[in-house]
Amino acid sequence: MATVALSLTGCAATPAPDTVTVLNSATDTAEHTANQKFFDRCAGPLGLKVEQISVPADQVASKALRMASSKSLTDILELDGSELPQFAGTEGLRPLKDVGVDTSGFSGSATSLGSYHGTQYGIARSVNSLALIYNTKLLKEAGVEPPTTWAELKTAAKRTTHGSTYGMAFSASPNADGVYQFLPFFWSGGGDEAKLDNGKGEAALQLWKDLVSDGSASKSVVSWNQQDVNDQFVSGRAAMMINGPWQVPVLSAQKKVDWAVARIPVPEAGQDAIPPIGGTVMAVPKSEDSAREKNAGKILNCLNTRKNQLQWGESVNNVPTRAAAARAYAEQNPKLAAFADLVTTARSRTAQVGTRWPVVGDALAGAFQSVLTGRTSPEQALHRAQQQASKGK
Amino acid sequence: MSTFASTAPAAKTSGSSAAPARARSGTRRGLLRWLFVAPALAYMALFFGYPLIRNIVMSFQHYTPKTYFTGEAPFNGLDNWRAVFADELFAGSLWHTALFTLGSLLGQFTIGLALAVFFSRRFRLSGFVRAILLLPWLVPMVVSAVVWRRILDQDHGMLNSALHAVGLTEGGVPWLNSPGVALLSAVLVNIWIGIPFNMVILYGGLQEIPRELHEAASLDGASPWRTFRSVTLPMLRPVVTVVLVLGFMSTVKILDLILALTSGGPADSTQTLGTVTYQLSFLQLDFGQGAVVGNVLILISAVFAVLYLRANRADFGKGQ
Repeated sequence: MATVALSLTGCAATPAPDTVTVLNSATDTAEHTANQKFFDRCAGPLGLKVEQISVPADQVASKALRMASSKSLTDILELDGSELPQFAGTEGLRPLKDVGVDTSGFSGSATSLGSYHGTQYGIARSVNSLALIYNTKLLKEAGVEPPTTWAELKTAAKRTTHGSTYGMAFSASPNADGVYQFLPFFWSGGGDEAKLDNGKGEAALQLWKDLVSDGSASKSVVSWNQQDVNDQFVSGRAAMMINGPWQVPVLSAQKKVDWAVARIPVPEAGQDAIPPIGGTVMAVPKSEDSAREKNAGKILNCLNTRKNQLQWGESVNNVPTRAAAARAYAEQNPKLAAFADLVTTARSRTAQVGTRWPVVGDALAGAFQSVLTGRTSPEQALHRAQQQASKGK
Repeated sequence: MSTFASTAPAAKTSGSSAAPARARSGTRRGLLRWLFVAPALAYMALFFGYPLIRNIVMSFQHYTPKTYFTGEAPFNGLDNWRAVFADELFAGSLWHTALFTLGSLLGQFTIGLALAVFFSRRFRLSGFVRAILLLPWLVPMVVSAVVWRRILDQDHGMLNSALHAVGLTEGGVPWLNSPGVALLSAVLVNIWIGIPFNMVILYGGLQEIPRELHEAASLDGASPWRTFRSVTLPMLRPVVTVVLVLGFMSTVKILDLILALTSGGPADSTQTLGTVTYQLSFLQLDFGQGAVVGNVLILISAVFAVLYLRANRADFGKGQ
């Protein structure tokens, strides 16, 4: 029976020796083409060709696993940073230094995003983070400056709320979007994803709860993903929002709202914001053929030169990971400079908890959802979240 | 595939030549029968039996991403089962699945039947209106969910504006934002999606009922309600069984609608067995635990499939 099933799954033919295959999520035609341009630019001089296999972002991990089981994984695997530990933990990835990838001169947070247990398996060309994006006209009308502390945020949100416009919008959806947006508040308040009930994460939950209870933020935040938040902002229904640089093309294309970017407010003046770092990393799966791995390494080196990183970052509105490239990016895109600064203090979601991140993230989502819907107090919520997160440890 | 094909002819030659001719032709006929059934059996074994058994075995294994690379999935006894049953999320999702399925079927069937009876009388434009009513069935589930999210929006949704306009509520019903209401909203949307299916099948069933029966009933002085209860419903029974069972099967494993409408929130109030399986297998990548919940779903469906077969057998018995 098993043999029959195996013969049905079939094995992909090994690609030609001069072809480097990539699995990524560039299903969007424009993105796919832009990717190919960079790949071709790098592969041409090496006498190589690059072939992309693109599947929707939420299917990359399962597709990669299916390929791994039939020994047909691509030469380069581009995963979301939060998924890297799961793959590195299988011991099926090659440490980058073993295939000649130069990983010096990168920002610490980008290195952390691609590392598992102190070894770097993934390299990020560019990363994103979160910032406060505000409607300049509405803030001016209300006579408030962009808030820098939580107290100022509450005041500003209250004063910009009137009619059908809320002062503040953020995503508190019960999935990755909501968790991503909760982390900057949770971390800067002293919360710890490895010990959710350390008594410091409650403040962030209370802040979110206050914003919703005093009507400065919509009760719908519990069902808004980051796209919905952006839609609210663009339609003028939110004076401020938390969002990432990937929304910039949409924001730039519309004429209704004048916007600017500021750092995410922190509990006390003078503290550093600690936003999460996001984005994809490229990894090299182990292969029987070391020549294929070496070719993949060469391509990665070329994609991550200062010049290529800068161009790539500008094409996808994300911040380059080489410190020098990031500085150039901030100079050339003053509107997005806030994002470039944030990335230097940003933190990787998986640095502490590694492969347990999906479970921990779920537990955090449960916490803010139950607090925002009035089911539990912040303290109870985090206590329960820690129980969920330490299940089966 | 080849394994089955080769065993069957091999068995053919085993008939002993010393046996009486009649017995031999009997075994040959028996073999021939099996040969005709073999392709279907092979297909079932391969595409239903094998995945089913794999899923059951998987639920007793520590099956993680590592398994895909190394091929090793160590058996861990009842660990997965214990972990899943100890999780309060699982108990909640069982309860939500039961409520969702019951509520959806009740609504879909009642409204579907009422519409089918209404349209079974001929009047102008009835064909046109029936075609319009099929729309929810034709629209992709995810598209419906996105549109419904807009309609059910607490601040600017059409439904709240309408309710407010007619003075039924103060407006601001938290359709998707409150744990107490979200499951009800999901049921309402699913009823809307399921009405056309119920209506079409039941309408077909109504067309099959001979008109003479209704005429005879009205000659005997039966009221319309009495006619419906004593003539229409009993004649519809086989169709009703089919509609309810198919409806049950598609509702109990609901995933896409919930994901697009609420992602299982707020505060896990719309988590169903389907969403929990998805979460365990594809977000937490714990395929062993995901398989446990999958098996529970299979078991529930199997119980109803058996009930359906028994009900059908009773019908066949009557028919002969």
